[in-house]
Amino acid sequence: MTITEKILAFHSGQKEVKPGQFILADVDIALGNDITAPLAIQEIEKLGKEALPYPEKVVLVADHFTPNKDKESANQCLKLKNFAKKFNVKNFFELGCGGIEHALLPEEGFIIPGQLIIGADSHTCSYGALGAFATGVGSTDLAFAMLSGKIWLKVPESIKFIYNGKLNNWVTSKDLILYTIGDIGVDGADYKAMEFEGEAIRKLSIDARLTMCNMAIEAGGKSGIIAPDEITIEYINQLPITNYQLPILKSDKDAKYAKTIEYDVSEIEPQVAFPHLPSNTKSVSQAGNIELDQVVIGSCTNGRLEDLRIAAEILKGKKVHPYTRTIIIPATQKIYLKALKEGLLEIFINAGAVVSPPTCGPCIGGHMGVLAKGEKCLATTNRNFVGRMGDSQSEVYLASPAVAAASAVKGKITHPEEIISG
Amino acid sequence: MIIKGKIHKFGDNINTDEIIPAPYLVTTDIKELGKHCMYGIDSSFITKVRESDIIVAGRNFGCGSSREHAPLAIQGCGVALVIAQSFARIFYRNCVNVGLPILISDEIYKSIKPDDVLEADLSKGEIKNITQNKIFQVSAFPSLLQEIIEAGGLMKWYLLNKFET
Repeated sequence: MTITEKILAFHSGQKEVKPGQFILADVDIALGNDITAPLAIQEIEKLGKEALPYPEKVVLVADHFTPNKDKESANQCLKLKNFAKKFNVKNFFELGCGGIEHALLPEEGFIIPGQLIIGADSHTCSYGALGAFATGVGSTDLAFAMLSGKIWLKVPESIKFIYNGKLNNWVTSKDLILYTIGDIGVDGADYKAMEFEGEAIRKLSIDARLTMCNMAIEAGGKSGIIAPDEITIEYINQLPITNYQLPILKSDKDAKYAKTIEYDVSEIEPQVAFPHLPSNTKSVSQAGNIELDQVVIGSCTNGRLEDLRIAAEILKGKKVHPYTRTIIIPATQKIYLKALKEGLLEIFINAGAVVSPPTCGPCIGGHMGVLAKGEKCLATTNRNFVGRMGDSQSEVYLASPAVAAASAVKGKITHPEEIISG
Repeated sequence: MIIKGKIHKFGDNINTDEIIPAPYLVTTDIKELGKHCMYGIDSSFITKVRESDIIVAGRNFGCGSSREHAPLAIQGCGVALVIAQSFARIFYRNCVNVGLPILISDEIYKSIKPDDVLEADLSKGEIKNITQNKIFQVSAFPSLLQEIIEAGGLMKWYLLNKFET
């Protein structure tokens, strides 16, 4: 079996599962946010329920339209808080207590290798970075999981992606996943588990692995997963948690895959996805002269400490272009504080960037960085669909924090080497 | 269950931001969501759509976010059925869970013309293109999903199966 099949077999009480099989599996963590949880709460209230069987498995995070952008979004967050109080959900993260969900849950120790995590947010697949099976579902699934502790799933086929070789300078996990999506397309892994392997993956930090698995959904993937190793164990051991077990988990040698795709990463340059699909990728050196009105560094994809350090390395002692407003969003309060202590925020502010509180805001065109008609933005986020970040005639380009920081300085899409060596 | 209505045709990779843009996700009211259905790709869609109409689309319909507001907005504006060459997986499961009928068909998408009228007999899996006088057969759902759909969605299936702990 693959690592994915092993986790799903364990959680459905079976010795073995096969791709295509439907199972009812036990959920370890069920996540909802201020957009998706209110619908789930409404379903639970309709049934007149007074208690949840496993409130400790529920995590609620107010992150999408926070700090509340208007009275309607304030009302959605209030629904979360009232539900958490009434149903004794201790893991409720109000503004100021948490941050962007997919950066927050690993940091708070909710994600352990071998677990089954569902979240009413498509980027729940991020947690595969720690060797968990994690997948995005809808609000009704979340309601069902909160009430029953279970989820219905079709066991996915897996595709194995092997990344051989050594990464070039300024090439990050964001570039690897953009390159991969560019190669297989936005439905290239539809319904499938994307298993990432190879020497380049083994050297990636957990922050970088989270970026990679985060975007599995952009290829249509049900999940992304990286088998746990020493780096995973080291990460888990420094978390504020006890009483956990770390299973040794990896795919069997004779595990079956829908296909295996190999890349030589030494051939990959920093990538940029052009409007309006994440698969519309080019090497930055082929981007041409694209002038930018806005740069955003943050989101559940690239708002972690390692991302901010890379951005600071490039922005140190520089100024962002006067016509390119630059928004930097530490993904959680803890990341924000570490960035503050390391002096990163000072570098950003001196460079003329604005540092925003943790929020999904601009990534979904919600608030705190929405685009006007005709504007172009390069963002470290995960989607560049039509109108994703504001006006339907604005454009979003996706890239790594290194490319984003370099592009902010020049005011146009730029390779980081142009800033650091020049 | 028989559904008869005029079709509205869309292309490949219609994403959930196009079906219901994020700024409209500040409500859980289906009718309110329905007022902004497909706003991200065709702002005049809601003036054209009628009760019991049918969306026909290409590959990967509903890709993007997990927002269940997308199938709810489609239901809220009166659309009774979505037929596509393929669906993104979270959208697909959301449709099963909220009881929005969906069908997968390559042939229907390829042969459909704007304003064609279809009649779908969901229990038989038989779709008639009344305008073109053609009949198509589509395959049934896997049995667990059929059970959830017949129950009227996941929450109703939950009640039938006594998951109480």
